[in-house]
Amino acid sequence: MADRATVSREALTAFLLRLADDHLVLGHRLSEWCGYAPMLEEDLAMPNMALDLIGQARALYQYAGEVEGKGRDEDQLAYLRRERDYVNCLMAERANGDFAHTMLRQLYFAAFMEPMWRGMRSSSDAQLAGIAAKAEKEVAYHIRHAGEWVVRLGDGTEESARRMVAAVEALAPHVDELFESDAVTTAVAQAGIAPDPATLRAAFDAVVGPVFAEAGLQWVETPFGRTGGRQGRHSEAMGYLLAELQYMQRTYPGMTW
Amino acid sequence: MAAPFDEPGRPEEGMSAETRRQRAYRAAASVVDPEIPAVTIEDLGILRSVEMEGDTAIARVTPTYTGCPAVLAIELAVEAALREAGFEARVERVISPAWTTDWITAEGREKLRAYGIAPPAKASNSIRALFGETDVACPRCGSRQTARISEFGSTACKALYRCAACHEPFDYFKCI
Repeated sequence: MADRATVSREALTAFLLRLADDHLVLGHRLSEWCGYAPMLEEDLAMPNMALDLIGQARALYQYAGEVEGKGRDEDQLAYLRRERDYVNCLMAERANGDFAHTMLRQLYFAAFMEPMWRGMRSSSDAQLAGIAAKAEKEVAYHIRHAGEWVVRLGDGTEESARRMVAAVEALAPHVDELFESDAVTTAVAQAGIAPDPATLRAAFDAVVGPVFAEAGLQWVETPFGRTGGRQGRHSEAMGYLLAELQYMQRTYPGMTW
Repeated sequence: MAAPFDEPGRPEEGMSAETRRQRAYRAAASVVDPEIPAVTIEDLGILRSVEMEGDTAIARVTPTYTGCPAVLAIELAVEAALREAGFEARVERVISPAWTTDWITAEGREKLRAYGIAPPAKASNSIRALFGETDVACPRCGSRQTARISEFGSTACKALYRCAACHEPFDYFKCI
């Protein structure tokens, strides 16, 4: 390992918070389907996957707090930061929309995270390698579940196909942000901690491509990519999300179960 | 003075270190899963080890799923069981190597089946093993004519199936 670049505490903390925020925010969005899903089986599936995501977020926040070394625990990181301090991708914070939007987003995010976790299994950071080994198995179920729905809706009725096409168009501007590189991802990749997101696009396409082919969906290129989440610049939806997510800790600071 | 095992609640002074460790292990291993009380954490392979550090028993447990809400309940139950057995106790959570359903013991698998939960398919370490997983035997009648109703069931670790032979729905412990 001597020839490997070491990573600064700040860069590793920043990287961990991005991943953790993605998982917390998307997990929160998924949990909003509890009680509203189109059928009972999906009403079970949504909180189950939200639980996976929030569980992964917890593991990442705990570790981020340790690496940061400022005494912040998982609750402080999850609940007591300001909007501009969250560094999740913009796709995660979007309002759920209909079931087609939700399932397509799940497919995109899982298809992005699967190669990310797989790469992190051999991370030079033992703690992250442990988290990744577990999460990689969990995310495989998410890909299968979301992939089946994208096919069912895309290749379904006239209305379901119309909604799926609308979801593809609506989410298209949010895909490229997942694969952005910057000083943080470069530092982390050079230290052998995690793959640079830019290197994961082929693996993402290898999952999404066949699903689209089976669903009869066309990939939409857009010149107007949305970005800014990794710098804390969020959409309007984020404020509403945080208002609900943080309500208890803001109202009763330091409360525990 | 009573023989060491006459008083099950307290580890005796004269006991060898290894005997004490084994006693602590038995205490921790008897804890049952709060969501599937038919199986112990030993059956499930969640209890990785119990070591002694002076008078303190250190139990290492591993979560099944990252977000499993039972993890905390299990950790508290292990600590309580060790204290009940007369040990100072500490529970450590280990995440590596990651738990796999292959660690469920043969006895554990049989207990799951008897409880009405189809045990997971074997050899789960490959991610590809997750796909095309349809050969699940009904825990009630043994028929393999079963169909998946939902990938996600009553807990994170289970999927919902139905048997075409006896028409009963049942839980399947997902392989991971």
